[in-house]
Amino acid sequence: MIDTLSEMFSYAFIVRAFIVGLLISLCSSLLGVSLVLKRYSMIGDGLSHVGFGALAVAAALSAAPLSVAVPAVVVAAFVLLRISENTKIKGDAAIALISTSSLAIGVAVVSLTTGMNTDVCNYMFGSILAMSKSDVNLSAALAVCVLILFVVFYNKIFAVTFDETFARATGVKTGIYNMLIAFLTAITIALGMRMMGALLISSLIIFPALTAMRVFKKFKSVTICAAIISVICFFAGIVCSYLYATPAGASVVIINIAAFLLFSAAGFARRRFRSKTFFKRGQI
Amino acid sequence: MSLIACKNASFGYEGNAVIGNLDFEINPGDYLCIVGENGSGKSTLIKGLLGLKTAVGGNVFISKEFCLNQTGYLPQQTAAQKDFPASVYEAVISGRLGQRGFLPFYSRKDKYAAQENMRSLNIWDLRNKCYAELSGGQQRRTLLARALCAAGKLLLLDEPASGLDPTATREMYGLIKTLNAGGMSIIMVSHDINAALKCASHILHLQKCGAAQNLNCQNTQAFFGKTQDYIKSSVAADFTGGKIYD
Ligand SMILES: Nc1ncnc2c1ncn2[C@@H]1O[C@H](COP(=O)(O)OP(=O)(O)OP(=O)(O)O)[C@@H](O)[C@H]1O
Ligand SMILES: [Mg+2]
Repeated sequence: MIDTLSEMFSYAFIVRAFIVGLLISLCSSLLGVSLVLKRYSMIGDGLSHVGFGALAVAAALSAAPLSVAVPAVVVAAFVLLRISENTKIKGDAAIALISTSSLAIGVAVVSLTTGMNTDVCNYMFGSILAMSKSDVNLSAALAVCVLILFVVFYNKIFAVTFDETFARATGVKTGIYNMLIAFLTAITIALGMRMMGALLISSLIIFPALTAMRVFKKFKSVTICAAIISVICFFAGIVCSYLYATPAGASVVIINIAAFLLFSAAGFARRRFRSKTFFKRGQI
Repeated sequence: MSLIACKNASFGYEGNAVIGNLDFEINPGDYLCIVGENGSGKSTLIKGLLGLKTAVGGNVFISKEFCLNQTGYLPQQTAAQKDFPASVYEAVISGRLGQRGFLPFYSRKDKYAAQENMRSLNIWDLRNKCYAELSGGQQRRTLLARALCAAGKLLLLDEPASGLDPTATREMYGLIKTLNAGGMSIIMVSHDINAALKCASHILHLQKCGAAQNLNCQNTQAFFGKTQDYIKSSVAADFTGGKIYD
């Protein structure tokens, strides 16, 4: 095992991918708790499709992928927020609207220019080889910013997630914090989708939060547990992907599914155990 | 200097007024009770005063002294969802956030205030429990404690007694009375007319408008003034069926 690991980390590209992936999993799991509770679970899916469209356009213009994708996804996130706040179109419908539109644009651009090559395939399913050195530096810097902002505004993010009306009524600038959440999510997704793939990045947001909620009942415990689960699953997923030559994104998601099932069972057992002891005491 | 003054103001939903032509004034230290039948627009008015709804017409003057981050609010219902993982403590202390401004973390003073309010509402023992797994009355107390945490100068309560047991109700009215004596302004919606008349310094009585489907309601303010004057008015006699105990 130690041998395998040291062999694995002797490849520079794996180390790079590993560092970025770890930071991305951490960011997405922290934001995921708030997004899942705000009923924005599918935002990851929607925004990653926007990212796909942007990457296709970037490839057509032969521009640097991240420099097109990050702004495009951030703009899409703000538009999404505005649509679901101000109009009668609900959050999930707005996400579907934006996601399918940009997927269509992306596919059209791809078929007009380069055609469906491996690059495009990589955007869809992710590849750890896709990360260049400058990508890694940018991703790491942005991911650290996301982490710091999340920690600094943790209490505000809780308030806006738990009861937005009350927060607004007592003078918390909810608009700013909603925008902050959208902004952090957008950056995390734009960075993560190159590695995890447009199709799998949303699972990084949803799974750790849902898994943690099976067992924990406090916002802080759920947040911390989600972060730990996400990091462990990412690590295990990358190792599996190396051992069995499976795609990185898919391996991480499969490990996440396993963790979810495990925690569901644990939560179920805990409830069962509690009600049983209660029953026994009642009988005596 | 009044804290809030409404001049001919109306509030409503999507441009359609459900309460119209309000004329009243609240001064610092007042204890105003809003009464009226179901659907007369009491909750709508509270939301309007908090700026959650903009006025449909007329003028609402809000003094500089009334800043939202010194205001506590207990909604009639919350949108807080089932299954939300939040402990009672986390929910209560989040009331202090408005006063923090952009400062990120809670100070010792915030934690102390949260603890005091939880103790006075008898939910200190529940502090580590999940909010979503409490009984209705316990949830209500939690939200009340949160409102108290947020209140610096003004407290708006929308039916604070609903769901509370008799002891808790009595204690709650006592607590609010003490806060009011300490200089806090109170605006409370209540269906408990006797308690309202006993505690409040002023009464605002809203009536349902006669208009079909509540379209563009006008003149829905039946009474505003001192409590003593309200007791003698014909509005009170009609509303209570002539039975006012003191
Ligand atoms: N979201 C809404 N959209 C449109 N109309 C609404 C909305 N909420 C309330 N109304 C209408 O506004 C009127 C006043 O409602 P409000 O909730 O303010 O009454 P209330 O006085 O608080 O009643 P209660 O004593 O039952 O709490 C009602 O006729 C109601 O139908
Ligand atoms: Mg009401």
